[in-house]
Amino acid sequence: MTEPAFQNPEFLWRNPEPKSAYDVVIVGGGLHGLSTAYYLAKNHDVKSIAVLERGWLGNGNAVRNTTIIRSNYLRDESMPLYELSLKLWESLSAELEYDVLFDQRGLLQLAHTKTEVNDARRTVYANRLSGIDAEWLEPAEVQEFCPIVNVSRSIRYPVLGALLQRRGGIARHDLVMFALARAASAKGVDLLQGCEVTGFDIRKNRVVGVETSRGKIAAGRVGLAGAGRTPLLARMAGIDLPIQSTPLQALVSDGLEPVLNAVVMSGLLHVYVSQARNGGLVMGAARDNYVSYAQRGSFQILEWQIQAALELYPVLGRAHLLRTWAGIVDVSPDASPIIGRTPVESLFVNCGWGTGGFKATPVSGFIYAHTLAHGEPHELNRAFSLSRFETGALIDEHGAAAVAH
Amino acid sequence: MLLITCPYCGPREETEFRYGGEGVAMPEEADDRTWSRFLYYRSSPAGPFTERWVHAHGCRRWFTVRRDTLTHEILDTTELEEPPRGSP
Repeated sequence: MTEPAFQNPEFLWRNPEPKSAYDVVIVGGGLHGLSTAYYLAKNHDVKSIAVLERGWLGNGNAVRNTTIIRSNYLRDESMPLYELSLKLWESLSAELEYDVLFDQRGLLQLAHTKTEVNDARRTVYANRLSGIDAEWLEPAEVQEFCPIVNVSRSIRYPVLGALLQRRGGIARHDLVMFALARAASAKGVDLLQGCEVTGFDIRKNRVVGVETSRGKIAAGRVGLAGAGRTPLLARMAGIDLPIQSTPLQALVSDGLEPVLNAVVMSGLLHVYVSQARNGGLVMGAARDNYVSYAQRGSFQILEWQIQAALELYPVLGRAHLLRTWAGIVDVSPDASPIIGRTPVESLFVNCGWGTGGFKATPVSGFIYAHTLAHGEPHELNRAFSLSRFETGALIDEHGAAAVAH
Repeated sequence: MLLITCPYCGPREETEFRYGGEGVAMPEEADDRTWSRFLYYRSSPAGPFTERWVHAHGCRRWFTVRRDTLTHEILDTTELEEPPRGSP
């Protein structure tokens, strides 16, 4: 443990040596892995838990997202899942005793076509029936709520209205990571950095341990939480997953004075923007839809995104591009996560959050911890099983992904 | 941006192409499991990968690309084979 990247301050979390065995081993030290470890230690009677991370904690999509939080999904299976996540976000800073700067500044999803208007209004009704806050805004109300949006009729795709979720917002992704790691470590979870899983010890179709770059570790149950790298992990255990890993890009401008008071998304023009507390405009783009683990994408995707942003927010024309990045997202065929059992006994999977994993951080850990503790899915993730791709009970959220990835 | 060599037209910018992913042959007969695998399962390897692209804004023909998914390096491009390489 000499690499500087692993030398976190001890007041955040301990850096223990791996033990030879744990009740539950979680593979992946990102937000979902840490959240799972935290809820496993807090809510369930599991004595020894380890999180295995091949690099350093939170070095993947935890630091490669646009931090957007909302719960206005469409399907009956998804809405309660994301709504519980939003409720958990609302008390997360207090619960972890660490301010993650969760800011419910409101989230607008612009509609530019008649179809999008109909879809958005349908989502408003569906959300309200499920007890999720949702409002429909006419163009003039959009302008009033967020003055820099260009609601002129003369642009190529005029704004015809917007879906507003006032409880939506953003949080600081790195602080969420610190807070979860600190809380999990304090509850006795061993966070093992620089510990890459290189194989699984599977006997009679039951996983009994993992082989790692820091030695063999026996495990009662193993939970995969590797986001984009989950297909690679699963294959080591002989399991195929219906997941394609592709880059999703984002960028940030240099710091500006406050100009944008909400999160604003446009599915059709494919740009989503929010202003970070340091003044940077954080923008998300489209996916490069080819398989990749390179953590970088294509220039033209950013160009399209910036074109869209300038049409919608002409005031941003003088901003400077500071930084771009890409995270590898694990996209499932129906744009919904896969959480539950695998064909191998005692081996569980939590993946397929695709382009929307950050908002799910608390609930993903909450239900996955339940699944790992009981060996059975939680009521909320029963429908999100791997078997749905054989039974045909898909949970199609392509339309509700705000931007259709 | 990738520079992709269409086997029919030569090197062109990525924006002229559309991605087709891994080529998978449709099964003649299928139970639920086989059909599910045909519809939804594609490999997502780290390293060399055989996939299909179409020259959408050019000759509109499909062809085979071998690309390294860790580096984005294009190893070679060839005319489409029958059945496509990369079928399970």
